Amino acid sequence: MSTDYNELAKDRIAAAFPNAILDVVDFRGTRTLIINPPQLKPIARFLRDDEALRYNYISDICADDMLPELTNGDVEDRFAVNYHLLSMSNKHRLRLRVPVEDPDNGPETLTDLWPVAEWLEMEVWDLMGIRFKGNDDLRRLFLPEDWQGHPLRKDYPLGYEEVQFSFNWEAIDAKKPYAKD
Amino acid sequence: MTLTTQSDTIQELTVEEIRAKLGTKMPIEDPEEHMLLSMGPQHPSTHGVLRLLLELDGERIVNLANDIGFLHTGIEKTMESKTYTKALVMTDRMDYLAPMSNNYGYILAVEKLLDVEVTPRAETIRLILVELARISSHLVWLATHALDIAAMSVFLYCFREREYILDLFEMVAGQRMMVSYFRPGGLWRDVPEEFEPAVRKFLDFMPSRIADYEALLKNNPIWLARTKGVGTISADDAIAWGLSGASLRGSGVDWDIRKTMPYGGYEKYEFDVPVGTDGDVYARYRCRMQEMSESLRIIRQALDKLPKGAVNIDDRKIVPPPRAELGRSMEAVIHHFKLWTEGFSAPAGYVYQAIESPRGEFGCYLRGNGGPKPARVHFRTPSYVNLACLPMLSKGVFVADLVAIIGSIDIVLGEIDR
Repeated sequence: MSTDYNELAKDRIAAAFPNAILDVVDFRGTRTLIINPPQLKPIARFLRDDEALRYNYISDICADDMLPELTNGDVEDRFAVNYHLLSMSNKHRLRLRVPVEDPDNGPETLTDLWPVAEWLEMEVWDLMGIRFKGNDDLRRLFLPEDWQGHPLRKDYPLGYEEVQFSFNWEAIDAKKPYAKD
Repeated sequence: MTLTTQSDTIQELTVEEIRAKLGTKMPIEDPEEHMLLSMGPQHPSTHGVLRLLLELDGERIVNLANDIGFLHTGIEKTMESKTYTKALVMTDRMDYLAPMSNNYGYILAVEKLLDVEVTPRAETIRLILVELARISSHLVWLATHALDIAAMSVFLYCFREREYILDLFEMVAGQRMMVSYFRPGGLWRDVPEEFEPAVRKFLDFMPSRIADYEALLKNNPIWLARTKGVGTISADDAIAWGLSGASLRGSGVDWDIRKTMPYGGYEKYEFDVPVGTDGDVYARYRCRMQEMSESLRIIRQALDKLPKGAVNIDDRKIVPPPRAELGRSMEAVIHHFKLWTEGFSAPAGYVYQAIESPRGEFGCYLRGNGGPKPARVHFRTPSYVNLACLPMLSKGVFVADLVAIIGSIDIVLGEIDR
């Protein structure tokens, strides 16, 4: 019988870093571990170097903006960063997800663990505006140097004006960019 | 003191401006002696609109910085405003040399989110077309890579065969390049009858054509001198820098997602994964050349056991009803209307689906929120990630070798900038 690496990863992290796993989400066969932000880097290092797990390859880093789905308006839960790790020896993928309370004060960079992380984090900064601690090379990559804002954020308009109705007139009016008295 | 880039009509940068732009990434080591050169974005050897900022000591590269974004069109943002089906057409436009592969990666992610499985016939046809796309993409890679190193004739031969593959795409999808042929739950429509004989004809003549390319290059002394020992990257470095595809396998890492974590029925086919040892430009060239032959093997097996049957699943909530049904079934009209106005809803949750595209690991991260439009789409494009190691790979090489290195990591700028 093949090992259940989902469980193994969770158990080994829980043993080495108590209270670091905030939540576990299983969806369509992939496990997501929601990690307490300060412990991201030690956990990533542990996952990379642990003999049984060997998540030696970082596939992707991407960020989520959950703005419209926040029913209670709790903007602290707005951003999250996903790290897609891959273990080549175990042929297994694992996702680490880190909530980001303050985008200007985001998770720690993983550049020391995987040099490519610097490049992946640059994209997240450019398009989603999340700063990674310790990554000193966060510059505009896709967008011009003088660009304002971060387009993948949900409150960044797609280029058209939102249609106002009587029930949301004021909410939309408040964020429309024109000179108000 | 003011250093200028070579062409003053493009941009004139002071050392301070360049420093500010690049941060601590590229301190000018010797501003008095070294020359700053802007290579690209309109440079034939940068395979699109890639701009490289070089700090040169004579002809040697001291430092290099990538400057990308000239083709940025906000595909990920635009897709958030389209339904899952409509967003598909955006994926063709990323890697315009292998649109079938992009379609496939995105569609597999959508199907994973919906938790549906396609019919065996659709799966096999998809596999044939994706492998054809791999060959056609490798042909363009070989053509331009050889052209960069001044082997002009290879270019013409490669484009002749690529034309045949594009004709096959036109036959099935009505489009040569922007195919959008794969749909959630199956295909746009079944392949025409003449498709199978046309592919068989291709399988018959292609091995001898690959032998022709090999004859032109494999033992060509100029080619060997330009590629052997150039741009070497070790296996450990390749993994740490996130390389994938032939760029990773050239360094001796036996990792092909089709083999190691199969998707779309690849586990049913016999094929080998070519792996290099030296990690140089020549090793990456050998890997891609052999991959073309392996793709032919897969296509032949798939054609031999191409199952009969439907190409779309029966779920009317995902796949629109056939045109003929609209005349006699009210329910079909409703489904048709709902699908083309509102689209289907996908459950809340996030998935990541990776496929082995011609360039490496093409990953699609998709987050659904229960509605008909994706809440977040992100593409992990192999060209983008493979480009990250270029500053490291090109330290100390000649400008002429840089051109060979860029060709060998096989980048497509549409995919990098998205």
